[in-house]
Amino acid sequence: MAEKGLADKVRETQIWKSIFRHGPPDNARNRAAVVAGNVFLHLHPIKLKKSGVKLGYTWCMGGLTFFIFLALTVTGVLLMFYYRPTAEYAFNDIIALREHVPLGIMREIHRWGAHAMVITVWLHMFRVFMTGSYKPPREFNWGVGVILLVLTLLLSFTGYLLPWDQLAIWAIAVGSNMAKATPFLGHGGPGAMLAQIGDFVMVSDKNDVRFQLLAGRFVGEPALLRFYILHCVFIPLVVGVLIAVHFWRVRKDGGISAPL
Amino acid sequence: MKELINWVADPIRSFPIFSILFFIVMKYYRIVGTKKFAWIFTAIAIPAFFWFMSDPNFFLIITFPDNIPISILIVSILFFTWFTLHKCAINDQRIEDGLGPVEALPENREKVWCWPNLVYTELFTIIAGTVFLIVWAIIFKAPLEEPANPTWAPNPAKAPWYFLGLQEMLVYFDPWMAGVVLPGLVVVGLIAIPYIDTNPKGNGYFTFKERPIAIWGFMFGWLVLWIYLIIVGTFLRGPNWTFYGPFEYWDFHKVVAEYNVNLSEFLWVKWLNTSMPANLIMREMLGIIITALYVFVLPPLIAASDFGKKIIEKSGQIRYYIFITLLLIMMSLPIKMVLRWLFSLKYIVALPEWELNL
Ligand code: HEM
Repeated sequence: MAEKGLADKVRETQIWKSIFRHGPPDNARNRAAVVAGNVFLHLHPIKLKKSGVKLGYTWCMGGLTFFIFLALTVTGVLLMFYYRPTAEYAFNDIIALREHVPLGIMREIHRWGAHAMVITVWLHMFRVFMTGSYKPPREFNWGVGVILLVLTLLLSFTGYLLPWDQLAIWAIAVGSNMAKATPFLGHGGPGAMLAQIGDFVMVSDKNDVRFQLLAGRFVGEPALLRFYILHCVFIPLVVGVLIAVHFWRVRKDGGISAPL
Repeated sequence: MKELINWVADPIRSFPIFSILFFIVMKYYRIVGTKKFAWIFTAIAIPAFFWFMSDPNFFLIITFPDNIPISILIVSILFFTWFTLHKCAINDQRIEDGLGPVEALPENREKVWCWPNLVYTELFTIIAGTVFLIVWAIIFKAPLEEPANPTWAPNPAKAPWYFLGLQEMLVYFDPWMAGVVLPGLVVVGLIAIPYIDTNPKGNGYFTFKERPIAIWGFMFGWLVLWIYLIIVGTFLRGPNWTFYGPFEYWDFHKVVAEYNVNLSEFLWVKWLNTSMPANLIMREMLGIIITALYVFVLPPLIAASDFGKKIIEKSGQIRYYIFITLLLIMMSLPIKMVLRWLFSLKYIVALPEWELNL
């Protein structure tokens, strides 16, 4: 019998065996065990159609989007250690991130990653459309996907304000100004003047949707706090839950689409 | 040459040109979808890009903070559009020959192990994605401008690039339409797609021929309306949201005299030679009628055409009316753009008193 290699020796240690409860994935039984026994891998089916594995079919765009989302979560948490969402500190904290923090490319990865995620979500949707994967039984999951797309844009949008520089506040000012034109709910939109009883104006710049969004009539410190919480806590949580639903449904709808 | 490109880039010219190009590419997708076409295109595009970059004004706008992602977006959209057309062309040819799509071949239907097949593909994607992000992050610093100053607005003040299509729409529509109603309908319309499109074909494989209406409609909205407008909003709009060609210096003093007229002014002042009626509804009557005709009368008219009959026969009245209404609302954007360019038309219905301009 041949000498046992180092890899085999490692595999026989108690430590290794306590972590991975199966032998090397070179036979059917172990291959199933690898996927089913691992909390991350068990998102996958144990066996799947060849067409669904091919890069030319899925472009792995959904997977790439998910990966970028995770990368943004990690770098985002690192950024939170240094960043304080107040008008006094926010900008200087960003400068500090650039100048004083060692290996300071976390902000770069986070920012470019955010842009990349917008692009990959769009391309993922494009692929899903082109393969007709929204057709029954996947109608609902397509809808979940559209909500994810909107939330991805909102994540990116709320994050845009946080550096608190000119680029940030004016981009958000332009964007949030649209909200004041919401029909009925914005003070500058059609229908708002109908909501007036005598002298009492129901929809004004002190309570319309833009006010709710910015916690004020312009992009100021309260807006910064609001966007910070939306960006770091609320929207990521919702996106996380919806991604779970999305993946679950990919499985339950019969895996990656293929010709009937 | 540069003068010419600056001149052509103006949406008045570039939008029709882009639409026609779109039409040709889609119509002749089997030629566009060949590898040969892709190579020829690349061979022309790369030197052209370097030539463009050699221009200082173009270089400035490309490397402007946060414009790099759009360059990446453009390249990836070019590639993936070609790639889907390529896949569609292959499958459509096979379907015509009675062979069925590639995805239905026995070797593609065969079940394979998740480990190692899928897990390794994912691992590769993760590594490639990590390397890409790190290299990007090392080469390009994240932008940071002057500290926030609420009393001094930069000119132009632009939304983040993925919303610039909406900001560009503000040229043609009021904020309540461009910023709220139309994006809202885009979301609703996207969610509605699976419930409207009842064509059972093309589920799980690439094909163009078997679902032409769906693909024409989606691609027009996505490439011509969404992506094209983002490109215009990003690269071709300077101070005061004035048009600047790709090689043009952003001169803050460029004044473009623009005088747009409402439909009601056309009617009362220009055609009937009287003054505008005081009654608002009366004043805007023509525009209101046209809008009502467009939204309520056009759908039943189209329903009687061959195009409409086919859809109703396949998917029923309700689906047809939802589909055609969404489609007409989508087409209202290019229609308004063309009306603006041809007649300097500002609003079809102008009721600033009610903040209700269409
Ligand atoms: C945060 C955003 C999203 C994430 C992380 C995500 C992730 C994924 C992943 C990993 C898959 C498996 C196949 C693949 O990689 O292509 C998938 C499939 C799918 N996604 Fe998404 N997705 C997102 C957004 C969307 C959007 C915007 C849509 C459509 C509007 C969508 C619709 C679908 C559908 C219908 C499938 C099933 C595809 C098939 O069976 O071929 N998803 N998604």
